[in-house]
Amino acid sequence: MKDEKQHISSYASLTVVLVILLTLTTISVLVTGIHLGPVTVAVALVIASVKVAIVITQFMHLRFENLFLKLAVSGVFTLFALVILITFIDYFFR
Amino acid sequence: MTMGNDTQPSYLEYQGKHKGLAGWLLSTDHKRIGLLYLYAIIVFFFVAAFLGLLMRIELIAPGKTIMEPQTYNGLFTIHGIIMIFVIVIPGMAAVFGNFFLPIMIGARDVAFPKLNLFSWYLYITGALLGVLSQFIGNGPPDTGWTFYVPYSVESDTSVIWALTAAFILGFSSILTGLNFIVTIHRLRAPGMKWMRMPLFPWAIYATAWTQVLATPIIGITLLMVIAERVLNIGFFDPALGGDPLLYQHLFWIYSHPAVYIMILPAMGVVTEIFPTFSQKPVFGYTAIMISSLAIALVGYFVWGHHMFTAGMSYYARWFFSFLTFIVAIPSAIKVFNWISTMYGGSIDLKPPLLYAIAFIFLFMIGGFTGLVLGSLATNVQTHDTAFVVAHFHYIIFGGMGFAFFAGIHYWYPKMFGKMYNNRVANIAWGFNFIGFNLLYFPHFILGIQGMPRRSYDYLPQFHTGHFISTIGAFILIAGMLLMLFNFIRAGRRGIKAPANPWHGVTLEWKIPSPPPHENFEEIPEITSKPYFFGSSDKTKQ
Repeated sequence: MKDEKQHISSYASLTVVLVILLTLTTISVLVTGIHLGPVTVAVALVIASVKVAIVITQFMHLRFENLFLKLAVSGVFTLFALVILITFIDYFFR
Repeated sequence: MTMGNDTQPSYLEYQGKHKGLAGWLLSTDHKRIGLLYLYAIIVFFFVAAFLGLLMRIELIAPGKTIMEPQTYNGLFTIHGIIMIFVIVIPGMAAVFGNFFLPIMIGARDVAFPKLNLFSWYLYITGALLGVLSQFIGNGPPDTGWTFYVPYSVESDTSVIWALTAAFILGFSSILTGLNFIVTIHRLRAPGMKWMRMPLFPWAIYATAWTQVLATPIIGITLLMVIAERVLNIGFFDPALGGDPLLYQHLFWIYSHPAVYIMILPAMGVVTEIFPTFSQKPVFGYTAIMISSLAIALVGYFVWGHHMFTAGMSYYARWFFSFLTFIVAIPSAIKVFNWISTMYGGSIDLKPPLLYAIAFIFLFMIGGFTGLVLGSLATNVQTHDTAFVVAHFHYIIFGGMGFAFFAGIHYWYPKMFGKMYNNRVANIAWGFNFIGFNLLYFPHFILGIQGMPRRSYDYLPQFHTGHFISTIGAFILIAGMLLMLFNFIRAGRRGIKAPANPWHGVTLEWKIPSPPPHENFEEIPEITSKPYFFGSSDKTKQ
């Protein structure tokens, strides 16, 4: 296809992404040792979501795609986040 | 004049690599796959309808009539599983979406034809496993189609088989949705911009997103129940740190959007019928299109209204009740637009339009009674009563079912190249409409009086309502058999259908009946919006 381009990320940027992912993984492990009550799940989900966002944008090259695709993917994750948030309206106030 | 090649064999006559039955079972033609779904759905529908009739016979009088309570529990479970997971959820999109989506957007097939056939095989596997669950293991599952915990974890019947069946059916639904999204994005004919796409494809598009995004949740949830049964993990068991309400949340996060997977294509079908039989452009194209997307979106956030009496927090109940009222707005917009489309038009009261009008009437009753259930105070009175059974069937059968009947009457000449008998179709419509209302309306009254749902027996004061309902069931079955007879007779002896018997203007009416194997001799170029009726246009605008 004529608009098909190759995007090659530099080793430096990929290394930075790897370090960020490993750091976040370490944080999520450490957080389990802290008693945060009902917020524990929320913290774990937020950290996991940030990692997912990094993987999708950097490793899966979403940042090179057109605006429509970016909006579509963002919309899906926003929807998923809302579903979890709304479920927790029940859990937090029950 | 048609866009197809009249000398090219129709998809029914086409002889490809495989012949005979293999030519159907291995075909990747979207039209043949659509018919494979249709035939399967007809068979399963009559099986499930027969089970429903047996339940009605049991309930014609208090006490035992023809079966034991455990048999009754098994019947309403498998009736629900087949009707919901095998017929209603995949039905419209799989049959009409497969057959007409590519044609209506000017494509030769769906984006992934082999994946399409694979979806059908998954569907058949799941459907057969669902039926098989009745006969294997420790007896028919008795949980109801909702598989609520803790009972679905504790019941020693064949629940795992039924759960696996629903899981496989879900996969089929996801793959179909994925196929349709890519088809609409990538295969629209040149010039068919988004706002030039007919409204049935728009409805299928909204449905497909819901299929792709909501169905995985039920897949995971059903696996969690299996894991709970087999490994005793404790997702839903409070004694092990779990929460039984978590199951209800997860189940309805999917199953409420699933109602829109059922109803959105139904709305798309009648949206095609009203302009054709009014010979007038659809009123409010943009409003109908946006309302389809709005229903699909807001429909995600109302699942909690199934759980008002389950022990949710006050704020959650308030939130879900509020959004339930909001989701009624786009549905109401569609109803106003359908009626406005007919207003001032040249009405031709043929069977498809009769069914489409019945759809509006029945769907409105279902919708308004849904507000009774969506309101926190009245929900407490009507929850888990026959009122819910009535509301549910008015939406699902009165809505999706009658729209399906409308669609099959509308597109039958195109699909099979034969005309059915209008008079017989009108008589069958009368039986169906009267039978349906006699069958289900008494349940509203019974429910308000306190008749619980899924109950094998009842107090004598509910006898009259149940008796009327059972009579209605027989009338409805008679109407549906008459309708089926009319179609079978048309297939064998009906007169040849012209390319455009109803004077429709969307692309499917511009190719021969039945369509040729590749739909179009040349892919058409679209230069205007759909629903332009030219000189016969009765618009007053």
